[in-house]
Amino acid sequence: MNHDLTAGLGLKPIHYQEALAASAGGLWFEVHPENYMADGGPRLTWLERMGARRPLSFHGVALSLAADADPDRGHLARLKDLVDRFKPALVSEHLAWSAWRGAYHPDLLPFPRTRQALTRIAANVHRAQDALGRPIAVENPSHYMPIDGHDWDEIDFLSELVRRTGCSLLLDVNNVFVSANNLRFSAEAYLDAFPGEHVAEIHLAGHAEDPDLGRALLIDSHSAPVADRVWALYERLVARIGPRPTLIERDDDIPAFAELMAERDRAHAVLTTCSRGVAA
Amino acid sequence: MSPLAAWQDAFAAGLRGAEHPLAAHPAFAVYRNTVWKGWIDALEANYPAIAALTGSDWTRAAAAAFAEIHAPSCPMLSLYGEGFADFLVEFPPAGLLPFLPDIARLDRGWTEAHLAADVPVLGFGSLAELDAGAMERTRCRLHPSARFAWFETTIPTLWLANRTDFEGGELLLDDRPEGLLLARPAESVEALVLDAAAFAFLDASRSGATLLDCAIAALATDPRAELGSLLGRLIGFGAFTDFIPIEPEPPHVPA
Repeated sequence: MNHDLTAGLGLKPIHYQEALAASAGGLWFEVHPENYMADGGPRLTWLERMGARRPLSFHGVALSLAADADPDRGHLARLKDLVDRFKPALVSEHLAWSAWRGAYHPDLLPFPRTRQALTRIAANVHRAQDALGRPIAVENPSHYMPIDGHDWDEIDFLSELVRRTGCSLLLDVNNVFVSANNLRFSAEAYLDAFPGEHVAEIHLAGHAEDPDLGRALLIDSHSAPVADRVWALYERLVARIGPRPTLIERDDDIPAFAELMAERDRAHAVLTTCSRGVAA
Repeated sequence: MSPLAAWQDAFAAGLRGAEHPLAAHPAFAVYRNTVWKGWIDALEANYPAIAALTGSDWTRAAAAAFAEIHAPSCPMLSLYGEGFADFLVEFPPAGLLPFLPDIARLDRGWTEAHLAADVPVLGFGSLAELDAGAMERTRCRLHPSARFAWFETTIPTLWLANRTDFEGGELLLDDRPEGLLLARPAESVEALVLDAAAFAFLDASRSGATLLDCAIAALATDPRAELGSLLGRLIGFGAFTDFIPIEPEPPHVPA
């Protein structure tokens, strides 16, 4: 396990004081570095204070690794400044695109996993890792609709990306659950086939049913507690690959800090129980 | 163009409403909704006085119209919306509320002040260190968070009322000229309503004038201005970072 990181939480401004005072062992906090790309201001001051107490993780949303374009130089430079300043324990991004032809789309957009896409994304991961001076972890996306033209299965694509770039993987179990539901495949089979030795971090989050299509279309909304079936998948995964730093993600309908900590403590218990099992 | 780039162009056009087989899938709406919600939420959050004055529905409709023309170029969405004030000038539904662009300028000023570099402010001690002749050899450097503007009506008062716990009430706009200075000397953005002399002093500072020329500008605006208390007020508020000595310009030597 990475240092002493067990389970972490996304850092929310409304929970800042409680998060700073939290005393749980193994606790760490994740932020989107894009929210800190300012010249100054109170957010950076808060992050300094938190970084002095707890390990941080930077989870980027805007490198746009899957765009058929080089990562934006200015963005990469700002990311490097933040990484150098805060020295996060983990740095991750997504197998998706968001910036395209000068416009930033606040979402993680899909693409056909072609040979050309793999070449391009590997080059972009190389560029990012060279600029940052460290490897990054790349996250499996949520899928909502079938895309034509894939040359690669997603797990093979990610494994090949690891082989070509030396990056690691961030495995989002809720994304697997949502995608398996929407594209009709087995979440268990996907997780069982995922290359566990390359997983640097795990994400857990809640999802929602589409208001029009209901259960047929689940949305990775980060607006609810982690679902029981996702917990079950997580326990199965950790039992197979061993403990990894695990994040509870929540971005909407944010509850009291204690409620998020209870979910975080549940993940912590899964990780530490598993560690004891491995040691015994 | 590569197949991937062509695919991304089509997808991005679909997000903006263009017809395409990809965009025809019912689940495509998840992407379109997420992107537009992200843009519109950011603009509504970045223009709270506009939202307080016009309501959430009006603000979100204006934000959608703005986003159609100006998608954000930067992923730091707290900075999204530069140009929203100018957009409102030309936005027909804002025609009945001609003060909205100025309100939007102050919301934008607050955002810029909030995210500006952290720099210590000028203390009163530095003022005491200036010798008698220093007025014409020194200029004040504005704090990087300082944003100020002058208005022909009480836009600053109206804006301040709508950035605090204002619950409707009467419209606080009348034909009395007023200025506003926003700055973040420490963790939070503060506001100072300016009179004409104080605005003239700051405006001269912004153009690089010496303390003497700033004082002359203030007095030209209001001959009764008390310069000592004016400068004390601005320094105490945290408008400046330091005094910069200016080397006298070398005499002009004809070629």
